[in-house]
Amino acid sequence: KRSCTHRYCFAVCIKQDQRSRHARGTVPTSKERGVREEQIVKKIFATMVGSSSSWSTALVKISPYTFASIGIAISIGVSVLGAAWGIYITGSSLIGAAIKAPRITSKNLISVIFCEAVAIYGVIVAIILQTKLESVPSSRIYDPESLRAGYAIFASGIIVGFANLVCGLCVGIIGSSCALSDAQNSSLFVKILVIEIFGSALGLFGVIVGIIMSAQATWPSKG
Amino acid sequence: MYGFEALTFNVHGGYLEAIVRGYRSGLLTAADYNNLCQCESLEDIKMHLSATEYGPYLQNEPSPLHTTTIVEKCTLKLVDEYKQMLCQATEPLSTFLEYITYGHMIDNVVLIVTGTLHERDVQELLEKCHPLGMFDSIATLAVAQNMRELYRLVLVDTPLAPYFSECITSEDLDDMNIEIMRNTLYKAYLEDFYRFCQKLGGATSEIMSDILAFEADRRAVNITINSIGTELTRDDRRKLYSNFGLLYPYGHEELAISEDIDQVRGVMEKYPPYQSIFSKLSYGESQMLDKAFYEEEVKRLCLSFEQQFHYGVFFAYMRLREQEIRNLMWISECVAQNQKSRVHDSVVFIF
Repeated sequence: KRSCTHRYCFAVCIKQDQRSRHARGTVPTSKERGVREEQIVKKIFATMVGSSSSWSTALVKISPYTFASIGIAISIGVSVLGAAWGIYITGSSLIGAAIKAPRITSKNLISVIFCEAVAIYGVIVAIILQTKLESVPSSRIYDPESLRAGYAIFASGIIVGFANLVCGLCVGIIGSSCALSDAQNSSLFVKILVIEIFGSALGLFGVIVGIIMSAQATWPSKG
Repeated sequence: MYGFEALTFNVHGGYLEAIVRGYRSGLLTAADYNNLCQCESLEDIKMHLSATEYGPYLQNEPSPLHTTTIVEKCTLKLVDEYKQMLCQATEPLSTFLEYITYGHMIDNVVLIVTGTLHERDVQELLEKCHPLGMFDSIATLAVAQNMRELYRLVLVDTPLAPYFSECITSEDLDDMNIEIMRNTLYKAYLEDFYRFCQKLGGATSEIMSDILAFEADRRAVNITINSIGTELTRDDRRKLYSNFGLLYPYGHEELAISEDIDQVRGVMEKYPPYQSIFSKLSYGESQMLDKAFYEEEVKRLCLSFEQQFHYGVFFAYMRLREQEIRNLMWISECVAQNQKSRVHDSVVFIF
């Protein structure tokens, strides 16, 4: 029989006897399959890098849990860094300008709120990502599929973290200029606020892509 | 790195920058100047000024008002604002703010030395000194007989000490030497300030370099025009020009050999930024040159406020305030001497 349910085994089998064995329909046991898959993964990477280099092996052997957890940490940590940076940039200018023009304080808190929203995006995505983190049996931890899930969560965390970092910076700097301009001429406030709204959309882009990325993080099912 | 100041400037300088921009909004506008120019007496001026930010400083003055009182109180306001900023500044902004006052220190030193030469009372001279340029041992300047003593007794402890290395001679102090000393000190101060701003880097160095280069060029032109017909030799004149600016080095060569104003004009018209200044003056006239230079300086200082996150706004604010005090002094003098037709000769509008 040519049809084989083990589609990936068929694609990477090298030796003739394995191919013919699959063609005959003889199914190997799960333990044999695990050993075989490990050998196949090693061979794949060996052909990719030319030799069994220790760095590539080391990278592949890092547990996908590590990557996923670091991704979650970056998502919340770097987002909060961006939000805090933006808030202090706006806040110091706002305090100084409000001494001469006290009327600007209540309106310009909007800039601070926009920066804060960036931190909230980071928290939301971190919570979503941590619900995606599941345990897999230890024999399957280095499956390509489980590696993929780990990398997907890591990438999602980086996307959200760094998008929010630059968004927080952008909104913070504009907020500082907005406070200083509003103190001199109050008709400028609304116009500069429009620039800030465009700036805060950058964080939203990051969140959207991050969530889409994390939606495909499916760990191999048990059994 | 130029372009990324916005990321870290506000850590130390954000609050003070916002404060100085608040002060700037209190500068007198064209409408204020129009009102002041139409005043009939000094009491009117005081009434108009009490509606502006100068109000609290002038309201307690007794009734026969003098122009010197008005100028003194306005300067006091400037000094208060400066001290408020200085006490809240951290490095390097505090050093920058101190550099702004060294020019006044030099003027005070020269004032006291000249006054002592003409046998005036030290107390009287101290009252005429600019408050921003005061330092502790200033009264002992009256004791010095020549420059070496001046340096050794008093100036070695002040921030002006490094500027003296080029002008210590054992000659006695007389009018000519004092002027040369003033210009040599100021040259060393400008070069030091320029180097300091270059070291700060970023937007500060770019904006301050432009302003200081204009200052250096303006001083070079003024030194040239004032020394035409005096016994100052060409080499001595050369030594008083600063070694930066648009005119360095070729313009300085040509200015050093100029013998009258038309030659100076010929030299300056080769430089496009100064061509526009000199084109406003007709041939042979030099009275309006000061006002033209002031106008150009005010224009450049106002431009420095267009950018955020640099230290140039502090320097620009101090200079604009000083220009405003000069304007007020001119208006007060014209009103007090009943020559209101000449009021617009020397008032430079800031906004």
